[in-house]
Amino acid sequence: MSAPSADPAIAVDRVSKRFRLYHERNQSLKAALLRGRRAAYEEFWALKDVSFEIPEGTTFGLIGENGSGKSTLLKCIARILRPDAGEVRSAGSLAALLELGSGFHPELSGRENVYLNGSILGMSKRAIDARFDAIVDFAGIEAFIDQPVKNYSSGMYVRLGFSVAINVDPDVLLVDEVLAVGDAAFQEKCLEKFAEFRRAGKTVVVVSHAMGSLRSFCDAAAWLEHGRLVKVGPATSVVDDYIDEGHAERQETAGGGSRWGSGEARLTRVELLDAAGRPTTRVRTGDKVTVRMAYETDEPIAKPVFGLALENLDGVYVWAHHSRDGNFVPDSISGSGSVDLAIPRLMLQPGTFDLLASLVDYTTTHTYDFLRHCYRFDVEAGQPRESGGIVALDGEWGNLRDRPDDLDLLPAERT
Amino acid sequence: MSLLSDVRGSRELLVNLTLREVGGKYKRTALGQGWSLLNPLVQMAIFTVVFGVLIKIRPDPGDPSGLEVFALWLVAGLLPWAFFANAVTGGMGALLANANLINKVYFPRETLVLSTVFSWNVTFAIELAVLTVVLLLFGGAPLLFLPLVVVAGLLLTAFALGIALALSVANVYFRDTQHFMALFMQVWFYATPIVYPYSYVRDKASPAVETLYRLNPMERFVTVFRNLLYDNRLPSLSDAVYVTAAAGLALVAGWWVFRRYEGRLAEEL
Repeated sequence: MSAPSADPAIAVDRVSKRFRLYHERNQSLKAALLRGRRAAYEEFWALKDVSFEIPEGTTFGLIGENGSGKSTLLKCIARILRPDAGEVRSAGSLAALLELGSGFHPELSGRENVYLNGSILGMSKRAIDARFDAIVDFAGIEAFIDQPVKNYSSGMYVRLGFSVAINVDPDVLLVDEVLAVGDAAFQEKCLEKFAEFRRAGKTVVVVSHAMGSLRSFCDAAAWLEHGRLVKVGPATSVVDDYIDEGHAERQETAGGGSRWGSGEARLTRVELLDAAGRPTTRVRTGDKVTVRMAYETDEPIAKPVFGLALENLDGVYVWAHHSRDGNFVPDSISGSGSVDLAIPRLMLQPGTFDLLASLVDYTTTHTYDFLRHCYRFDVEAGQPRESGGIVALDGEWGNLRDRPDDLDLLPAERT
Repeated sequence: MSLLSDVRGSRELLVNLTLREVGGKYKRTALGQGWSLLNPLVQMAIFTVVFGVLIKIRPDPGDPSGLEVFALWLVAGLLPWAFFANAVTGGMGALLANANLINKVYFPRETLVLSTVFSWNVTFAIELAVLTVVLLLFGGAPLLFLPLVVVAGLLLTAFALGIALALSVANVYFRDTQHFMALFMQVWFYATPIVYPYSYVRDKASPAVETLYRLNPMERFVTVFRNLLYDNRLPSLSDAVYVTAAAGLALVAGWWVFRRYEGRLAEEL
């Protein structure tokens, strides 16, 4: 990595953080008195002896699996948690975007909450006065600013929270996976705001699962594993090493996915397999992949229809395909088994996607089982490598012609 | 004086959080802040009927004010107690109630307890203002003593704040604290001469019990408030010294406990 600058924005110096895992979460006086001490617990080190510096003006990513300690480290930097050993020194003001709008009082109006939340984040009343219009404008909720925030939609709530936090105008901004908020248009605005932030020479620290965006977004990154620092350096090399180690696998399959259906037949497992047939949550654009759906039935199901759909993190409905449209109609299924959808080339641009899976009857009006967001995976840059958006079209530039008399002719019309 | 500089540094946050407490408490109620007056009024009515009319408790007339109104005598002691009880109970729960905030944002944590206690100061001030007017209507002369009432109010605030700070962290580590305190506050209420005069204890109890009884700082606080508001005279020097010492001690001890244990709040919540 580059030589530590004379004046880092954040210096993480041999930081260790110990958590207590209580065997029984029984925080009662009686239990403590009976035992003669507080509940028995095991200690584990969420962070162990982590040191690095974040130079001023960099955008810095923290990567690692779930439980690697990256969020704990972010909270230590944000001073929400206090390290058990070592220290975090920071130059200048900090603002953390850990949960947006977490200080809002539901009964108070948007206006009152902007002042309240701003002061929690350390802004003076005068500073809020000066930025009030910008905050409301950025959130796009002028019409509702005097309504109690409990009447806000969740999107408005998050937008206002983000808007307040970003307008605190700190020297260092800490972000935990909040890039995935709001609709696409608002995300665009957020990214612009981040870019503006970076241009102003401010420091941004991001924790994210989305390796694709981290690589393009960050200058430098630190990779944590089991609370220890594995590597710190330029983002591209750290992210590449991390992916090569096969660590980008997601542990969770997008929690919070909902499920409904009559239940005579159930989808027991949905997974994405790579070309070698191994389950994966990290693929590259253009990879050959297979989606495998496993099922079990209580009774034979005649002419079942399997369905799959994709959404991205904005909730954009990217793609869907069901087996009846695919002219694949088994006469019946019974017991348990599985079915594959083979995708010769995954034409998605880098990003994070959720799978939705369904098992319905032949008329597609009766749902046996429907799993929403049952599998989340990341697409990394591969081939073809295109500039942006959701889908890859494998477009090819060429056929440059500079003769003006030809310009109104399409290639097909030429002979 | 880290205590003062801390509070000064987060003054604006404190004001905003206090306003949130004050504003949020009675939001969307038809009576609004009226509820804060109705509550002591109803309590006054109940206690006056039960203890003044049915049980016929007769406190000494105000000396030198000459007032002889049970309800006013009662309220002069009831209001400081109600403030104390509300401030301790509210302040004690302030950290738990704002667990999400503590887990997501850094800011001086004590502001949560302070703002809750201060929000009850607003209620207390309104109540005292109304009481002062009523006392005037009944021929009392509390105006001269108002500056001292303010001083006594500040001391009581410091006393309540110290207890609330210590209990607020205790409550995070042991969730029984609030339930235990709910019971304890009832005992404390009747161990303090609010619905009966101190003379009833003095006449009946042995000297040892009486000494023990007078150790209760709230007994002194109530006496001081009654001296100023109802009797319209200066409190005794011993009472004044005692409440000042109790307030200072509680605040320093509470602050120390809070500082000692606040480090692991986010993970315990």
